[in-house]
Amino acid sequence: MSASLDTPAPPPPGATTDPGPRPRRRTDWGRYYTWLVLAWLFTPIVFMVAFSFNDPAGKHNITWQGFTLHWYANAFAHGTLNEAMFNSVSIALLSMVIAGALGSLLGLALGRFSFRGKQLTNLVMFSAISAPEVVLGAALLSTFLMMNVTTGYWTTVIAHVMFCVSFVAITVRARVVTLDPALEEAARDLGAGPLTTFRLVTLPMLFPAIMAGGLLAFALSIDDYIITTFVSGDVTTFPLWVWGSTRVGIPPQVNVMGTLLFGVGLIMAVVNVVMARRRR
Amino acid sequence: MVTTANSSTQEPVTAPERPGPAISLERVVKAYRSGPETVRAVGGVDLEIDHGEFFSLLGPSGCGKTTTMRMIAGFEEPTEGVVRLSGRDVTGVAANHRDVNMVFQSYALFPHMSVAANVAFGLERRKVAKQEIRRRVEEMLELVELGHRAKHRPAQLSGGQQQRVALARALVNEPGALLLDEPLGALDLKLRQSMQVELKRIQREVGITFVYVTHDQGEALTMSDRVAVMNNGLVEQLGTPAEIYERPATMFVADFIGTSNLLTGTVGDADPAGHHRVDLGQGLTALVAELPRGTSAGASTHLTVRPEKVRIGTERPEGDLCALPGTVTETVYMGAATHYQVALANGSEMTVYQQNSTDSALVAGRGDPVWVSWSPRHSYALPF
Repeated sequence: MSASLDTPAPPPPGATTDPGPRPRRRTDWGRYYTWLVLAWLFTPIVFMVAFSFNDPAGKHNITWQGFTLHWYANAFAHGTLNEAMFNSVSIALLSMVIAGALGSLLGLALGRFSFRGKQLTNLVMFSAISAPEVVLGAALLSTFLMMNVTTGYWTTVIAHVMFCVSFVAITVRARVVTLDPALEEAARDLGAGPLTTFRLVTLPMLFPAIMAGGLLAFALSIDDYIITTFVSGDVTTFPLWVWGSTRVGIPPQVNVMGTLLFGVGLIMAVVNVVMARRRR
Repeated sequence: MVTTANSSTQEPVTAPERPGPAISLERVVKAYRSGPETVRAVGGVDLEIDHGEFFSLLGPSGCGKTTTMRMIAGFEEPTEGVVRLSGRDVTGVAANHRDVNMVFQSYALFPHMSVAANVAFGLERRKVAKQEIRRRVEEMLELVELGHRAKHRPAQLSGGQQQRVALARALVNEPGALLLDEPLGALDLKLRQSMQVELKRIQREVGITFVYVTHDQGEALTMSDRVAVMNNGLVEQLGTPAEIYERPATMFVADFIGTSNLLTGTVGDADPAGHHRVDLGQGLTALVAELPRGTSAGASTHLTVRPEKVRIGTERPEGDLCALPGTVTETVYMGAATHYQVALANGSEMTVYQQNSTDSALVAGRGDPVWVSWSPRHSYALPF
């Protein structure tokens, strides 16, 4: 939320000093609309955060009863929830790193070079994004079964990398095509070899896009439900655990972990924006 | 002042005595595949550029001048021919192993580095000692008058300042030659003019060979020691600015550089003074001092003469001048001079620039019959 939205509208000018015609006050619909959209986006998150402080009477944490910090003090009371959370975070980090590296190289190649199979690569990338997750999940499961691979932790990582790579590649490619190719030539001209040029010029210039792509991969991976149900085997992730416990009642720890997760994501996004701004 | 800085470091390559010209191109060809066709961007160029020379490659866009420069820098490899730097054959040598540096049209400053880090980039790649780097970067930023901007990012500088950083970043390496690709193209007119003077000053001070690519004839003529005029991938003419302006070798050069009168005619016989007669049709004849090689009587030719070499008067002038009668179709008062358009009897039009000196008033008005005349040594026959 930008700070300018919080500042009150300046008082109508000339109310006391200017004797001229009264300025016509027009309703600033854009302003109200912006607040409406922000409210729409943030209301569910506000409820999630609020209910992490709720003190529910029964098993169901759905009506406000009273404020407590009990759930924060006992955030890790459910062993299976902790395990699920650990799985989710570690899978998301792995997906971020692997898809970040592969996707960056893919984006660089697609943005910079023309090669045989470039159009095919584009097609595959876009179909990975646009195909329904149910279809991807079912297809992955039958692939793993056919190849006699037992589904579990690593099949989940593979699946997440698969659908994250395209997002990273598209983000990085968008940055690559705006880069002046003369920058790399200038580095070569000044005596830098191809690797030094990549390390000192190309990579720093692409870094904000790589970060953005990586964060996107993290965010996509950590809350994925549909594909994960197909390929996770015995392994439980956070979204799977939450869904599984809806019938017996979701413990407030879920809200606590969700809040913490949201906080970490917010911090990472802010850091990325600040770094990108400083780089410019 | 900068060349002395070299002595204290253990720098590779450049031998103290540089054999041969700074840059030489021998029958250099660059051909591209464009679908089924092969396009020759550069179609066989021979050039020798001397040490310390300010050399310009001048021509319209697509004439091959930038491709030629990129082959010297090492960003393109010639399809045929040899590129030599100080006598050493560098054909096939990567750009980072060539002793030349380039100033890019877009400047190509590294946006994530400070001005000082940009300038230091080349020296760091050559593992020059840290203190030495700091000293030379400071010195070079002083030379381009940007010492106070060392810590800024390129984006915080104006276009002209960025231009000078790009220049400093290349010059600090003391390259065997500096290549400049339309470096003033992005600046406004006033800044461009002051940068022309500035560039010339810096080149004189550092004494490094400058190769300057431009499509701006004014820039090329005012700054260069020698100019190569390029068209369609070939050098049309090579010479000093005065030679190129005063004695264009081809139709293209006559037309591209300045304004020229071009008259079509047929070569006649020589007169006793050694001048050749050119028959312009409708009984009009003019004289030229010499004919292009391989041209004999009866051949078609273009006669060219610069507008400021032509005089205009109401009466036929005395002496062995070329003199043709015509009618004024337009007069344009320009302050320092007046431009006349004169229609000749054979249907050609001529442009005449007459200085507005104190004693001369308007010679003739629109519709008046006049004589245009010039000395035969100012008119040339060009290959048809």
